[in-house]
Amino acid sequence: MNTKAANSGSGQTQSGRPARLSLADWMPKIVMAPTVLVTLVCIYGYMIWTAVLSFTGSRMLPSYKFVGFDQYERLFNNDRWMVALSNLGIFGGLFIVICLFLGVTLAIFLDQKIRAEGAIRTIYLYPMAISFIVTGTAWKWLLNPTNGLEKMMIDFGFENFKFDWLINPDMVVYCLVIAAVWQASGFVMALFLAGLRGVDGDLIKAAHLDGASTFTTYRRIILPSLKPVFFSALVVLSHIAIKSFDLVAALTNGGPGYASDLPANFMYTYTFTRSQIGLGSASAMVMLGCVLAILVPYLYSELRGKRHD
Amino acid sequence: MTNKTVGRKTSGLDKILRVALYTVLILVAAFYLMPFIVMLITSLKDVEEIRTGTLLSLPASLHFDSWSKAWSSACTGGSCGGISPYFMNSFQIVLPAVAISTLVGAINGYVISLWKFRGSDFFFAAMLVGCFIPFQVILLPMAQTLGWLGIANTTSGLVFVHVVYGVAFTTLFFRNFYQSIPSELVKAARLDGAGFFTIFYRIILPVSTPIIVVTVIWQFTQIWNDFLFGVAFSGFDTQPVTVALNNLVNTSFGGKEYNVDMAAAIIAALPTLAVYVFAGKYFVRGLTAGAVKG
Repeated sequence: MNTKAANSGSGQTQSGRPARLSLADWMPKIVMAPTVLVTLVCIYGYMIWTAVLSFTGSRMLPSYKFVGFDQYERLFNNDRWMVALSNLGIFGGLFIVICLFLGVTLAIFLDQKIRAEGAIRTIYLYPMAISFIVTGTAWKWLLNPTNGLEKMMIDFGFENFKFDWLINPDMVVYCLVIAAVWQASGFVMALFLAGLRGVDGDLIKAAHLDGASTFTTYRRIILPSLKPVFFSALVVLSHIAIKSFDLVAALTNGGPGYASDLPANFMYTYTFTRSQIGLGSASAMVMLGCVLAILVPYLYSELRGKRHD
Repeated sequence: MTNKTVGRKTSGLDKILRVALYTVLILVAAFYLMPFIVMLITSLKDVEEIRTGTLLSLPASLHFDSWSKAWSSACTGGSCGGISPYFMNSFQIVLPAVAISTLVGAINGYVISLWKFRGSDFFFAAMLVGCFIPFQVILLPMAQTLGWLGIANTTSGLVFVHVVYGVAFTTLFFRNFYQSIPSELVKAARLDGAGFFTIFYRIILPVSTPIIVVTVIWQFTQIWNDFLFGVAFSGFDTQPVTVALNNLVNTSFGGKEYNVDMAAAIIAALPTLAVYVFAGKYFVRGLTAGAVKG
């Protein structure tokens, strides 16, 4: 015990401290209680609630007449859902791969003692500050064939230039990829750049002294040490991909037809505008399943890794 | 900062590679800048010029009327008062939601890292799941709950929702930050007779400025940019600006005024862009804090 505590402790050790300690023992729990309650109810309770609804025949209002797996069967027989799901596969896959590739590449490029690095980094990253609604609005304008990039190229003299992806049902999902990559790749770059800056400088110097080229150093030493950053980026990106709702709403509104629907938009449409609460809930549960499939292994390795510290 | 390539000599090949490197970096920068530049240019043209010119052609003369129209008289959905009322709505949602979620996150983080109790680590892990669940899975029950609480379609309702689902993130930020504070400090203060709140107020809060800044920026951008909760839970008069912008762009009566759309989009993006410009360093830290292990 230090002197300070001994000095002030004379009067307290007798009567004051026990009472105070017990109050102090309770205080953390009292203070946390609302959060615990809200988490239990609004995250886990609601999840279970939605799960229950997905097994009912609820249409416009929730009803609790159970129909087993009917809604899931209807869901996977629903053409629109299958389009949304395959769109998520294409969109999510391309979005994640391109963002990771661009992120690593740009981070390595920016790591070469670039003049005005700060300015360039700022430019790459600013889209992340903007909402997907604004991003969607901007790209909708750029990609529309009558006024956008197509017209610009034709006016430049490329008369046969064609770029009508936004109104082409087969290509519209790639428009989502372009806009989403524009929005998020700078962020991935920032993650990797932060990772690169954290690599032990002595290790790199030693590699150079051993005659390793810059390329070899990156391939053999620096990139392998960025594995944790890579997994973090992967989790964040897949989270963005699965929850993408606003980008579709602003850029394509799911169209043409429902060619660019994603599961999040399907869920919203069926639950809130088509009065198919049961079906909407089933689609939400499938989305949750996708997220958990990625999240559980990640959290498991994170928490297990921390325990070793 | 680092000296990774110390002492490498430059040859002819190196020079060519350097030029190529800068070319690539500048081209990529152009790709990132283009949408914003096009938005800005388009917002300053009149409708006729938009029809005849191309995306990147500069406006012949500057027209600011699209900006005033976007702000105060453009039609979004049913009403024609511009996006200004919704812009104000967003502030009315964001300010209390950020303040409350930051405060609650700070106290939670303080408890979880310095006043551990049985089950607090488990609870923290359970809470982390809340950062990642797709919100579609809670939309419907939340809509019902807001109805029961009598705050459906109100600003308070949206504040409530943003606080509930923001606290997982804010707790995570503060917990990671407070992990580095030695628990001996708290023990010593307790021996001195300091209580739970005294320690928080006198010892913890004064060193928390960096993490408070990061959390506030993170929450501000998250809540300002939200669309899903806004579209699902707001009433006609309480829509946030993202919802109003989407209505403005997607409902067209008669001729489409792209210049007004673009002006409105820039206005809706301004607050978070301003945060990014003025607090860019912290913004980056806020973005990466959630993803890179500290």
